[in-house]
Amino acid sequence: MLAENKYQGLINAATVAGVANLQVREEEGVLFIDGEAPSGAVKDMLWAEYDKIDPNFLTGDLVMNINVASAAPVTSAKVTTESSNLNIRKGPGTDQAIIGKAAHDEIVTVISQSSDQWWLIRTKDGEEGYAYAQYLTPEA
Amino acid sequence: MKKQFAPLFLIALLTLAINFTSCKSKPKDADIKATIEAALKADPMAAGTSVSVEKGVATITGECKDDMCKAHCAEIVGKIKGVKSVVNNCTVAATPMPATGATDAEVDLLSKGLADALKDHPGVTGTVENGKVILKGEIAKAKWAMIKQTIDKLKPAGYELSGLKIK
Repeated sequence: MLAENKYQGLINAATVAGVANLQVREEEGVLFIDGEAPSGAVKDMLWAEYDKIDPNFLTGDLVMNINVASAAPVTSAKVTTESSNLNIRKGPGTDQAIIGKAAHDEIVTVISQSSDQWWLIRTKDGEEGYAYAQYLTPEA
Repeated sequence: MKKQFAPLFLIALLTLAINFTSCKSKPKDADIKATIEAALKADPMAAGTSVSVEKGVATITGECKDDMCKAHCAEIVGKIKGVKSVVNNCTVAATPMPATGATDAEVDLLSKGLADALKDHPGVTGTVENGKVILKGEIAKAKWAMIKQTIDKLKPAGYELSGLKIK
């Protein structure tokens, strides 16, 4: 239970912050924390806490899968790439053909968030396909 | 005189050939085959098998799910009228081995997700070994935090990060 002791502060913080379905288990020296945070701010707070205990997350003894509970499904998102266009692909994967591009800062329609990594989107020009979710910020 | 005989000779040869072929393929075999096929089709246990018949000898081929199923197929075929003997060449499907640890599909999902996550970060290379993610290279902290959050969602068994440097 070494990893659990190490990250006890993080587990406590998650409990206090009201993370739902919190599950903690340790396997072969790796701690797995799963749960659903009530807000994005709570999730960010937990990652900051993780960084405090294990600077730069470099020990590799924690896998933290914290999702943010969404009250309403995301219907539109802003393309938040650094500066470039965002590829729109035929399927969810970088091995899939690029069928279009969404401009930086463009607002797109989110059709489906079936995977954490890839969202199905539609641009205002009607281009429809999968884009990498990390570069999409939900619009309020 | 020779010229007159030639067509006659040809006709004789043709009749002989026709006789030969009709002798060779006993029409009964085809009927037996059809009856067997209908019987096999009617039995769900016999799914995946097929049969050929030659001179009353029925040969069953295909894949059965177990030995009992294989014996059952031979029994069905043996009962058909006209079948002299049964050659049972059915193979028995291998029992699937119980999975240990992550399935291939899960490993593929992790590898694919990892490749997607690292696509825009050429300074870092990643591989998956026994479900663990091994990362090497150099990356800015903010980007690493983002990647780690993404990969953690793919449920890796752990990390090997001794080769990763944070700028």
